[in-house]
Amino acid sequence: MALRTSPEIGGMGHSVKRKEDARFIRGKGTYVDDLQLPGMLYLDIVRSPFAHAKIKKIDASRALQIPGVLAVITGQDLAKYNLHWMPTLMSDTQMVLPVEKVMYQAQEVAAVLATERYIAADGVEAVEVEYEPLPVVVDPKKALEPGAPVLRTDKKDKKDNHIWHWEWGDKAATDRAFREGEVTVKEEIYLPRIHVASIETCGCIAQFDKVSGKLTVWMTTQAPHAIRTVFALVAGHVGLAEHKIRIVSPDIGGGFGGKVPVYPGYVIAVAASVLTGKPVKWIEDRMENLQADSFARDYHITAELAAKRDGTLTALRIKTIADHGYADAAANPSKFPAGLFHICTGSYDFKAAHVEVDGVYTNKPPGGIAYRCSFRVTEAVHTIERMADLMAHQLGMDPAEFRFKNFIKPEQFPYKSALGWEYDSGNYAGALRKAMEKIGYAELRREQVEKRQRGELMGIGISSFTEIVGAGPSKHFDILGIKMFDSCEIRIHPTGKAIARFGTKSQGQGHETTYAQIIAEELGIPVADIQVEEGDTDTAPYGLGTYASRSTPVAGAAGAMAARKILDKARKIAAHLLEVAEDDLTWEPGKFSVKGAPNRSKTIQDIAFAAYTNHPQGMEAGLEAVSYYDPPNLTYPFGSYICVVDIDTGTGEVKVRRFVAVDDCGNIINPMIVEGQIHGGLTMGLAPALYEEISYDEQGNIRGGSFMDYLLPTAVETPKWETDKTCTPSPHHPLGAKGVGESATVGAPAAIANAVVDALWHLGVRHIDIPITPAKVWKLLREHGITD
Amino acid sequence: MLVQVTVNGEKHEADVEPRLLLVHLIREVFRLTGTHIGCDTTHCGACTILLDGRPVKSCTIFAVQAHGREIMTVEGLEQDGKLHPVQEGFSEEHGLQCGYCTPGMLMTSSAFLRKNPDPTEEEIRWAISGNLCRCTGYVNIVKAIQFAAAKLRQGGA
Repeated sequence: MALRTSPEIGGMGHSVKRKEDARFIRGKGTYVDDLQLPGMLYLDIVRSPFAHAKIKKIDASRALQIPGVLAVITGQDLAKYNLHWMPTLMSDTQMVLPVEKVMYQAQEVAAVLATERYIAADGVEAVEVEYEPLPVVVDPKKALEPGAPVLRTDKKDKKDNHIWHWEWGDKAATDRAFREGEVTVKEEIYLPRIHVASIETCGCIAQFDKVSGKLTVWMTTQAPHAIRTVFALVAGHVGLAEHKIRIVSPDIGGGFGGKVPVYPGYVIAVAASVLTGKPVKWIEDRMENLQADSFARDYHITAELAAKRDGTLTALRIKTIADHGYADAAANPSKFPAGLFHICTGSYDFKAAHVEVDGVYTNKPPGGIAYRCSFRVTEAVHTIERMADLMAHQLGMDPAEFRFKNFIKPEQFPYKSALGWEYDSGNYAGALRKAMEKIGYAELRREQVEKRQRGELMGIGISSFTEIVGAGPSKHFDILGIKMFDSCEIRIHPTGKAIARFGTKSQGQGHETTYAQIIAEELGIPVADIQVEEGDTDTAPYGLGTYASRSTPVAGAAGAMAARKILDKARKIAAHLLEVAEDDLTWEPGKFSVKGAPNRSKTIQDIAFAAYTNHPQGMEAGLEAVSYYDPPNLTYPFGSYICVVDIDTGTGEVKVRRFVAVDDCGNIINPMIVEGQIHGGLTMGLAPALYEEISYDEQGNIRGGSFMDYLLPTAVETPKWETDKTCTPSPHHPLGAKGVGESATVGAPAAIANAVVDALWHLGVRHIDIPITPAKVWKLLREHGITD
Repeated sequence: MLVQVTVNGEKHEADVEPRLLLVHLIREVFRLTGTHIGCDTTHCGACTILLDGRPVKSCTIFAVQAHGREIMTVEGLEQDGKLHPVQEGFSEEHGLQCGYCTPGMLMTSSAFLRKNPDPTEEEIRWAISGNLCRCTGYVNIVKAIQFAAAKLRQGGA
C-alpha cells in the first residue's frame, strides 16, 4: 500500500513511535492496583480446597476478632439481595458466592473486608469453613456417562451434565463424501486447558457514593461498556441504574480475553462498596488468577478428512466434547455456543463439512474464553492444520504440495465456505510460497533426509491458517442481545487539534497511536495533534470492547467513518471559504484546493477554525462526528508459517531452530506495531505448543496453578521470530484492513506440532497432543527404541 | 519496625510491620507505583528493583531487610529530564506493549549492561530470563537492550 501522508502527518503505513510509551517507560502508567482512594477498604477471598463439596458451616467469628477486619461476606448475605448468583455471557448462571455447595477447587466461598491488604489476608486465614466432600467429575466424557453425578443440582429439571448440542453443515452430504472417499484419516486431538496469564492479574476498585447514588468501578476490563450494562441488568433491582454506573478501564497489563468476563470478585467488591459507602479494592494474586479465572480451550476433538487419491480434499467431519467447567461462561456471540469453531475448513476448498460440538459440565472453573484468539478459532485452525499434515503424509505427498493443491484460489474470493462463511479476500498460495522461499524449504527437506540417515531428528512443519476476526455484523453477532458494532466520536477543536474516543479498550495494542493514525490518514491532522481516549463509559461512545481482533476491523472502521463525516462538513466549509462549489475542490490529506488553482487552498486547520468562527449561514457550528460501525462482514486475515525443529534424542526436548511467519492482514496501519503483535502472538502460540497446560487430578486438584508449574516462555525458550508479509486488502473494510492481534497465536501451534510429528513420522508417530513436553517426546523415543 | 532507605537518591523512612514486603513499602507507603506485582512466586520479575545496584525481586524480600540500603526504582532511571538509554531503547525498538513488565525489564537490563556493556544476543536473553513478558515475544526487547548497549558504549549516559 502506497503512503498517502507525510511522516509528519503519520497516517496509515507509517511506523509511528507509540504515544503510550512515554508513561510506561517512566513507570507512570496507571494500572488499577496503582490507584489508592481515601478511606479505601480491601477485599480478600476465602477459596475452596475441594472441587465439589457441600458447605456445612462458615464460621467467621475468629476472623471478626482481628482488629481491622470489618466484615465477612457469605453467599447467605448476598442471597438477601438476590446477588448470590449472576448470569454468564452465554445466558447460563454462575455463583458469586455459594450458599449450598462449591463446584471447583479455588472457588470463592466467602469474602473478607478489612482496612488493610494484609489484615484482609489474615482474615481469610481465620475464616473456618466446614465442608462435606461430594463425588468429583473432572473428565467430560465420564460426565456424560449414565449414572454420573449430576453437578448442577441448582437447576431443578437438570438430569445430566450435558449443556447443549450444536451442529453445523450438511451432514448427509458429508457422510456421503466419506462413504465415497478414496482416502480417509481420523485423529483424536485434545486441546488442553490453558490460561492467558496476562502479567497483570484482574482486580477492581468499586466506589459507591451514597449521596449521589453513583457507582464508579475502576476495573481490569476489555469491554467496559458491556460491563456497565451487565451491572445495570444484574443489580437494577437494588437500585443501580445504568446512568448511575461508571466503568473505567485504566491502563491494562495485558488482557488476551481473560479480562472479558465478569468475575465474582468484581461483584462482591461492588456489593461491599454499596453496603459500606466506602471504596473497596480487590486485586487477585497470581494463584487466584490461574486457578479461578476463566480458562481457554479444553476441547476434545475427533476429526476426519476424506480425499481423492490424487490429494483433492473432499470432506471434513468433526465431533467435539467441550468441557465448560461448572458453568457455561464462555465469551461468545450469543448465536454461536462453540464460537466460530466452524471456520474449521480453514484455507481449503471443501465441498462438504459437518461439525458437532457438545458442551459439558465438570467440576472445574468456567472455561471457554479466548487465549488471544477470536472465539475458538485456534481450536479450528489447529484441527484442520494437523489433519492436513496427517492426510498429506498418508498420501505420501509433501505437506506444502498438498496445501497448494487444496487452497482456495485467489479468483474464488469472495468465497463461500462449506460451513457458510463468506471469506472476504485471500491469496493463500502467495503467502506459503513466500514463507518457503524465505526459509529455504527445499534445502531443509534435503537436510532432513541426510540427518535421518545419521539418526538425527529434525522436522519441518507448515501451518497455512485462515483467521476470522472483527465480530461482527449485527445480523449474526450479539452479546446478551447487544449487537457487536463499535464506535468512535471525533471532535476537532478550533485550533485544528482533535480528541477521539472509542468504544474499545487497548490492553497493550497501542490504540492511542494507531487510532490517531487512522484519523490522520483520513483528515491529514498530524498524529501528534490527535488525542485518543477509551475505557471511560462516562465519556466514550458505547462499544463492545477489545477482543477477538475486532478493534481495527470494527472500531478502526468507525474511526474512519466518523472522520469521513467530518470531511464532508469540512468540504462544505472549504467551499464557503474559497467561494467555489464543492465539486470544484480536490482533497489531499490535510488540504482542500481549488481544481486548476492549487495555490488556492484551505488546510484542515483553517477549516476547523472557521467551523467555530466563520461557518456558512444555515450550518451548525462545530466540527465533530460520531459513528457506530456495523461491519458488513467479518475479515479473514491469513498467513503461512513454517517451523523447523530439532529433537534431542536423549532428553526429548524440542528446540525450535527457525520459525518464519508470513502474515497477511490487509492494509497495515503501523508496520512496527503489527510486527510487534505478531512477535507476541507467535510467543503465545509457542507457549501452549510446548509448555503450558492446566490439568486436574481425579479429585479435581489443579495442576499448573502457579508460575511454579505453569510455564510461560522466557526470552531463552523463545526463538528469534522471522516475519514477512503479503498484502491482500479486505474489500469491505473502509481502510482495507483486517485485524492481526491474534493471527499468530492461532496459526503457530499447528506449525510447531506439525514439525515435531514430521520429525518422528518415519518412526510411526502420527499425532502428539500439545503441549509437546520433553516427557511426552522422550516416552515416544523410548517406545521406538531411539533412546533407552 | 523502623526502616530507613534511600530511594532514587532521596532518604525515606517508615514504621512498618516486619512482614511487609519491600514491594508494598515501595508501592503503597512511598507511592512509587512503577514497580509492579505479577506473581506470588518470584517468577515474573515485574517487581524488579535495584538494591545497592543489584537487581532484586522486591516481592521476595521484606522491607526491613532493605534497612540502611539504597533502592532504585524505574522512577529513578530518568536523570535531569534525560531518559536512560534503556528507556530510550524500549521506546525506539517497540520493546513494550502493555507496559506492565516494562519497569522490571528496564531495571534488570540497566543493571546487566553495567556489568556487561557489549553482550551477545544469547547473553541478553539469559539476563532477562527472570522477567516474563506476555506481549512482545522478546524480539524487540532484545533489540531495545542492544540499542541501549550501543548508546552506553558511545557514552550516552
